[in-house]
Amino acid sequence: MENKIAVRIDDLTVAYNYKPVLWDIDLAIPEGVLMAIVGPNGAGKSTLIKSILDIIKPIAGSVQIYGKPYKNQRSLVAYVPQKGSVDWDFPTTALDVVMMGTYGSLGWIKRPGKKEKKASLEALEKVGMLSFKNRQISQLSGGQQQRIFLARALVQNASIYFMDEPFQGVDATTEKAIINILKELRKAKKTVVVVHHDLQTVPEYFDWVTFLNVKKIATGPVKDIFNDDNLTKTYGINYKVSVQQ
Amino acid sequence: MNLIEYIELVFTDYTLRTITLGTAILGAICGMLGSFAVLRKQSLLGDAISHAALPGIAIAFLIIGTKNSSVFLLGALISGLVGTFWIRGIINKTHLKSDTALGLILSLFFGFGMLLLTYIQKKPNANQAGLESYLFGQAATLLESDVWLMAIVTAISLIILLLFWKELKLLLFDTDYTKTLGFNIKFLDILITTFIVIAIILGLQTVGVVLMSAMLLAPAAAARQWTNNLSIMVILAAIFGAASGVIGTAISASHNNLSTGPVIVLAAGVLVAFSFIFSPSRGLLFREIRFRKNRNDLQLHKTLSFMYNIAKTHEDITHPHAIKILNNFQGFTKKSLQQLEDKDFVQIKGNMWSMTESGYQNASNLYDQLLKENNE
Repeated sequence: MENKIAVRIDDLTVAYNYKPVLWDIDLAIPEGVLMAIVGPNGAGKSTLIKSILDIIKPIAGSVQIYGKPYKNQRSLVAYVPQKGSVDWDFPTTALDVVMMGTYGSLGWIKRPGKKEKKASLEALEKVGMLSFKNRQISQLSGGQQQRIFLARALVQNASIYFMDEPFQGVDATTEKAIINILKELRKAKKTVVVVHHDLQTVPEYFDWVTFLNVKKIATGPVKDIFNDDNLTKTYGINYKVSVQQ
Repeated sequence: MNLIEYIELVFTDYTLRTITLGTAILGAICGMLGSFAVLRKQSLLGDAISHAALPGIAIAFLIIGTKNSSVFLLGALISGLVGTFWIRGIINKTHLKSDTALGLILSLFFGFGMLLLTYIQKKPNANQAGLESYLFGQAATLLESDVWLMAIVTAISLIILLLFWKELKLLLFDTDYTKTLGFNIKFLDILITTFIVIAIILGLQTVGVVLMSAMLLAPAAAARQWTNNLSIMVILAAIFGAASGVIGTAISASHNNLSTGPVIVLAAGVLVAFSFIFSPSRGLLFREIRFRKNRNDLQLHKTLSFMYNIAKTHEDITHPHAIKILNNFQGFTKKSLQQLEDKDFVQIKGNMWSMTESGYQNASNLYDQLLKENNE
């Protein structure tokens, strides 16, 4: 079932103040996979996503989205940042934040209209947040904020989704809701890349995994490479998780 | 002079009309652009820029040798921008944090400006007088042409804000995401910073280097208290800014010796204090009231559920019990017992209490609700 490659990364190296954070990463992500990026704290997981999206300038390397540079393919890519990266006391509503997902396709100056509002309401409904559409965002719980971010990315209607720890600090209900949406995205042949922390749930949620610790340790289907050997190589200690297949 | 006489004077007296209009427009543009500074957490940038403008004014005077407010503004603009770039440079190129960079540039430029001012004062030049009025501002020196300049700049920045509203809002809320959508954040950043610098420079003559940042921050901080909508916040900040300008001018004009700039800033400060206390959703007063009410309700619920547990063990739920047995229970106070009686949940006879039917129903509903929430 080898598909075409959605994201191809070559020789990517990123450094903050001379200390390498990512070292010579080569990675090819096939279309239609649900991929987890796992690794210890400081492994460069968020940095990898941010440098793919050109938020952080790498010192070397290239990123191609469906064979073309990312800069020409922005509309194919959606991003869900860590929810802690913004100030939730900002004066705006849940619907307004989701509408921001339509700004990219609108381009400069043009304002969102009925079509964009309708799409945003649909996205809110998908994440189960429709009844909160007029809620001030500071009044939302952590899980609700995460779902709002997810809805904002859904409304972009992209082919590739990058998500930075979408399960961080959410309760079991929200986690289920998010994973259902991820599976729906996969059904629709979208490619989803998720920075993930909970190793126990990797086999259950994802079909593809990348082990990262400054260098790429391994990448491939979960059933082939999610084993103690790779976990030990990545986390440095003798790792034993009972992997339920 | 009463209020009506004063208002008549504003419309008939040329100088007073110019100053009132000038301070009102200045307040409006500062409030509008200040909202963006506050939401970008760049409140201190305004302070640094206004202090950094001082050496520019002094150097402009040294070059041309006479007083000319438009040349001074140009000098202030240049040195304000230089200060801003240096702040950015320090943040980007060193490990220093932004507060350090701001503090450093603010005091260095201000110190240099003060040095130049004292040097100018020592020079035998009849035209030097009044240069130090840029420290605290002198609204009386406003000319009609200055007011026109302010009005034009305000109109331009309003158009820019409306045009790039969507992009600026996005930038304020989530800069990284703005970038992934393909917007040039450097352009947006320079756009909004430039307008903030221009607003500050325009206010130097009126409010002065030292107090200028308050004009930028106070109306925005006050406006944030009243609304959760960005557009309304910006509009409110503009209104608050204009109001502080008009009120400040009125107070200083009717008390001859009061300097206008500080009075305007104080008027804005009063607006902030009022908003912090009396805003319905975020104000201290209503928050305290809500807090007390919640605590009170909780205490009532605790007492009621305790009584429910006692009453439930009897066949007849209205069977009287001694008030004394409640004393072991910490939530119990005479006041809450009284309130329960007022609600007709319990009846008190002497030192005995008994539950009523409605009290029992209510308590059991409360109990079910709690159980349900725990199960969810």
